[in-house]
Amino acid sequence: MDGRRAIPHIAADSCKGCGLCLSVCPENVLAIEAAQVNLKGYFPVSVKAEENCIGCLSCALICPDVVFTIERIDDHLEGRDE
Amino acid sequence: MSRTLMKGNEALARAAIRGGCTHFFGYPITPQNEIPEYFARELPKAGGLFLQAESEIAAVNMLYGSAAAGAQAMTSSSSPGLALMQEGISMLAATEIPCVIVNVMRGGPGLGTIQPAQSDYFQMTRGGGNGDYRILSLAPATVQESAEMMEESFALAQKYRTPVFLVSDGLLGQMMEPVQFDRHTKKKRAGNKRWILTGHHHRRPPRTIKSLRLDPAKLESHNLELQDKYGRISRRETRFELYRMNDAELVFCAFGSTARIVKNSIDDLRQKGCRAGLIRPQTLWPFPVQPFKTLPESGKAVICVEMNCGQMVDDVRLAVEGRMPVHFYGRCGGVIPEPAELSEYALELLTGGAA
Amino acid sequence: MSVIFKKTTGLTEAATHYCPGCTHGIAHRLVGEALEELGLLGDTIGCASVGCSIFSYNYFNVDMIECSHGRAPAVATGIKRTVPDKTVFTYQGDGDLAAIGTAEIVHAAHRGENITVIFINNAIYGMTGGQMAPTTLPGQKATTAPAGRIAEFSGRPLKMSEMLAEVPGAAYVERVSLHHPKYIRKAKKAILKGFTCQLAKGGFAMVELLSTCPTGWGLDPVEAMEWLEANMIPYYPLGVLKTPEEV
Repeated sequence: MDGRRAIPHIAADSCKGCGLCLSVCPENVLAIEAAQVNLKGYFPVSVKAEENCIGCLSCALICPDVVFTIERIDDHLEGRDE
Repeated sequence: MSRTLMKGNEALARAAIRGGCTHFFGYPITPQNEIPEYFARELPKAGGLFLQAESEIAAVNMLYGSAAAGAQAMTSSSSPGLALMQEGISMLAATEIPCVIVNVMRGGPGLGTIQPAQSDYFQMTRGGGNGDYRILSLAPATVQESAEMMEESFALAQKYRTPVFLVSDGLLGQMMEPVQFDRHTKKKRAGNKRWILTGHHHRRPPRTIKSLRLDPAKLESHNLELQDKYGRISRRETRFELYRMNDAELVFCAFGSTARIVKNSIDDLRQKGCRAGLIRPQTLWPFPVQPFKTLPESGKAVICVEMNCGQMVDDVRLAVEGRMPVHFYGRCGGVIPEPAELSEYALELLTGGAA
Repeated sequence: MSVIFKKTTGLTEAATHYCPGCTHGIAHRLVGEALEELGLLGDTIGCASVGCSIFSYNYFNVDMIECSHGRAPAVATGIKRTVPDKTVFTYQGDGDLAAIGTAEIVHAAHRGENITVIFINNAIYGMTGGQMAPTTLPGQKATTAPAGRIAEFSGRPLKMSEMLAEVPGAAYVERVSLHHPKYIRKAKKAILKGFTCQLAKGGFAMVELLSTCPTGWGLDPVEAMEWLEANMIPYYPLGVLKTPEEV
């Protein structure tokens, strides 16, 4: 099992690419890549290192466009399954 | 049928409660203070709410919020106070909020005087607030008529989802006359209530009351809908009184308390052999154009008499359309015309003396 | 797996018109979450005010009314006095609340109106294009203060929360900031308290949220958050300025 605790899901077409989430993510989970443009014409944030997410919610708390949905991996349950 | 001797302002307030007024918001200004004072005493007893605002601007916005939440709300003020309310009145017209606004007019411009005048004809018929809108403006001439129009105004506001003006003046507001309240029954609220803000209770989408439409096509279409409504109001609610008009050679036009003075002058002129009559608009907007289109064959001239420097006379000239000369006689600044001076002016006019 | 964060039902599906990085979106979410958590969405009437947030009626999942510039507290007064059982809030910017609507906000507090005021202070007029507000900091540039605000000429910025906390009718006044997740959590608590104060019929409640205007300030969104922390918080100290004992 890797160290990840949570999975961030991004509604990419709602993102305005402001970068606030990147600035507060303590684990460098997120990235903005200039390669991809969303429906609004912005470069949306994407998950580049999913395995690093600790589920601190910083990105979701600071996002002005509410693009994040965060799921927690309940590790004691999943650990038992494995 | 019992008659009560009452001051015009107090009769207005009492009639408003009979008409269904539940909420009053206002700010003190002379000569209308008896209205909020009456509401402060009497509205809570009737289960309603009186609240004194910090300004006329706040009062008209409280009215907006209260009526948007479903109240039969009103405010009253006098000329400079109405000027302050114009922003809110434009908003009430744009958002089609039913409510009633009383103006007990005084002399202007500026702070002018606290004495009676009709210097707000423009303000009551031409807006003052921004944009294309019209306000149904009722203009009583007696304390009895003040009470009847006031009582009816709430039903009219609801019927057309519109603000309604009741246009009084310092003379009408301050005079005492016998008034009878049991003639008319209380008007029931009518119409669609699906615009009122109630909270959506998770049963419908959220509701918004708004005026801002940045899409030109949408704002144009909203304006055209408003104009349709104003057309309906014009067709159905235009009101006037004719007095001794059948064979009139001199046609007076006057509204409100001035019309009563003119009636005295007409009786006097008739005794002197001059056949005078009166067209009295009871609605300032919509202005009664029809009686000016069907002036009697005997008609020689129209005299518009106002307690201002000539405002309604513009509408009279538009209605007469040059079919006969239109003259203006006005007193202003709180000066009230005497019947004798009107008779003198009229007789001079007929003999070619007056301009 | 369990969802630990998702969009509140207090907001509609509409995408906001706000510029990238504008903290209005954060404030909207906090208000929506607070109303949802308190079970108030179906019984709330919001008052949108003039400024960028005029369109907030497209975003909040509650009944709303549009108010002329500065007049929201008077409109809210009319609503609350008519339907006292509904939750009524205003959402106002600093141009709206601290300039053109000063009389209305002071007297709503003075009467102890039982409403909740969400006050967005971003030290500038945003929608009209970055003009100086009463809250613009000394030296801060604005399109109508091209050399920066000169305190000797335009006065020192108004501290609305301190001012309103002095009004006897005000029950709860707190200033919070939206520049960092830690502070956003505190802001959420303050907004919840602003609404519970109303539910307890506590009287006038106002939460001032220090906010950014990256476009108006000419900074990128991250720099704007840093500027807020470095410049606004020292002038507009965070904390509770007034609180009712029972809330």
